[in-house]
Amino acid sequence: MPDRELTCTQAMCEALEEEMQRDDTVFIIGEDLVAHGGIFGQFTGLPEKFPGRIIDTPISETCLVGGGVGAALTGMRPVVDMHFADFVTTAMDEIVNQMAKIRYMLGGQVRIPMVLWAPDGGGLSAAAQHSQSLESWFVHVPGLKVVVPSEPADVKGLLKAAIRDDDPVVFFQHKRLFAQSGPVPDGEYIIPIGRADVKRPGRDITVLTYSRMTYHSLEAAERLAADGIEAEVVDLRTLKPLDFDTITRSVQKTHKVLIAHEAWRTGGFGAELAARIGEELFDELDAPVTRIGAQDVPIPFSPVLENTVLPQVEDIVNGIRKVLYG
Amino acid sequence: MQTTNDEKLKLLETMLTIRAFEEKAGELFQKNMIPGFIHLSIGQEASAAGTCSVLRTDDYLATTHRGHGHMIAKGADLRRMFAELFGRSTGYCRGKGGSMHIADFSTGFLGANGVVGGGFPLIVGAGLSIKLRNSDQVGVVFFGDGAANRGTFHEACNMAAVFKLPVVFVCENNRYASTTPADNMLAGGSVAGRACAYGIPGVSVDGNDVLAVRAAAAEAVARARGGKGPSILENRTYRYRGHYEGDPQKYRSKDEIQSAAETDDPIERFRRRLLSEDVLTEDLEKRLHKEIAARIEAAVQFGLEAPEPQPAEAFEDLYVNP
Repeated sequence: MPDRELTCTQAMCEALEEEMQRDDTVFIIGEDLVAHGGIFGQFTGLPEKFPGRIIDTPISETCLVGGGVGAALTGMRPVVDMHFADFVTTAMDEIVNQMAKIRYMLGGQVRIPMVLWAPDGGGLSAAAQHSQSLESWFVHVPGLKVVVPSEPADVKGLLKAAIRDDDPVVFFQHKRLFAQSGPVPDGEYIIPIGRADVKRPGRDITVLTYSRMTYHSLEAAERLAADGIEAEVVDLRTLKPLDFDTITRSVQKTHKVLIAHEAWRTGGFGAELAARIGEELFDELDAPVTRIGAQDVPIPFSPVLENTVLPQVEDIVNGIRKVLYG
Repeated sequence: MQTTNDEKLKLLETMLTIRAFEEKAGELFQKNMIPGFIHLSIGQEASAAGTCSVLRTDDYLATTHRGHGHMIAKGADLRRMFAELFGRSTGYCRGKGGSMHIADFSTGFLGANGVVGGGFPLIVGAGLSIKLRNSDQVGVVFFGDGAANRGTFHEACNMAAVFKLPVVFVCENNRYASTTPADNMLAGGSVAGRACAYGIPGVSVDGNDVLAVRAAAAEAVARARGGKGPSILENRTYRYRGHYEGDPQKYRSKDEIQSAAETDDPIERFRRRLLSEDVLTEDLEKRLHKEIAARIEAAVQFGLEAPEPQPAEAFEDLYVNP
């Protein structure tokens, strides 16, 4: 275990600095990056270290994302800052019809080594247009990879892997985890895209989760341990490609599954997980696969209302009890 | 700009090749030999030939769904083009793109695009890439009058201008955005006129005069290559065929098309000029037509003999590292 702790933001910054040092073609482009190191301070120090390679753009998300694609097509490795994940809607053609498809449509003539970095999630009273978790939209589109890390070490290792990857990666980072700290290995530390991580082993139930809900799930597991319930918390880390082997091993052990994500329950990634587990692991199951997700309303502003809509630790605790005891 | 006699003949040859390619593609489409749908650029050849005549092979070009001519003018292999139009495995995109997504990165041709206005951000990115790599390449994007009303046009012109990117925006105003008259939808009445809002040159060109197109493109490309930033060119032209092959074209009369073809055909205009300048002779012209016809025939043959893709190929080319 490394003897130093970093926040997710620091881990991200370290990954970017190392990769920019290593490869001249890596650059960061987005809105409001240079003056303050990004609106969350996520690029602090980088504009000074790499002048000209952290690029502020006009408020033109469509051209920003499409420009990233064009740069990736012509020899660069852009990291495109989406500002808020919610703003992907202003660049959906560039993401869905260009970034995801160009390599395939062109018969493999080109590579699109590009990271679309998108800070997502609620819990900041940022209300309906700045709090969403939209990862399932991108999992749905062939051609993209979708990464959803939780802890700082995973942020570092996966971001480095995403930058080096020759395919387009949508990299979501939860805003409420920016200040979350944890041990992070120094220097070259890569986590391959497409590998889940068992954050807490347990025999009684598998909790499939990712992003901020990993921490909620770990807290729920801790509380239930007092009652003798051992929940296994599997942090998926990458949704596409999905590490179904790790899921399978866990389900074969526990035979029960709860899925916890912050995205809306309806049509969320949990639906895909539940369907696939039902199709491929039905005989392993001792109870119906159950999902925890946000309620089907836009994320409200008032903390009281927001906490009602977003999944809480208590919801996961109750969800686990429901799967175990009906 | 100076254009040598050889260069003039080359321009004519390129235009004739584009027309022969497009006419053959239309004919094969009629015979149900090309799947999907195709958009032909007959009548607009001067824009493609004139613009691309001032580009280097390593310059980037992004274009529209009506892109065969641009691709030919940039130097693509006609055989692999037909193979792609037929959906064959040895086509440029291995049968995955077809006419609307055809591309040839070996000649800097970044591809046709099925989304109107989809090329603007891509060329801005290419321009940014050129700048970051300290290269002296240039990026050109062709677009139609309809695409000038997409938000991507505004975002791209603004971004290219503030970053002084080595990019040229070439509008082919063929008077119809799909089935809608361009004039009805274009506030201000001119695409080139919009350039003043971005503080960049905007030039309206007789797009059926290949030498005028070439001269305007040469200036804009030199400006871009010299680090002075982007320009907008508007080549005023006319398409003879429908928006797509099979378009019933209720939005215009047959007389309008016939009159344009008879009075303002870019190839006929240039041909007459070259004959009057004694650059072209009737013998030379005959030989040129014969050579082009033979190349097109050979290309079609190559395409028809090209293998169909294996079903398993549907699962290739999605990711570099699946």
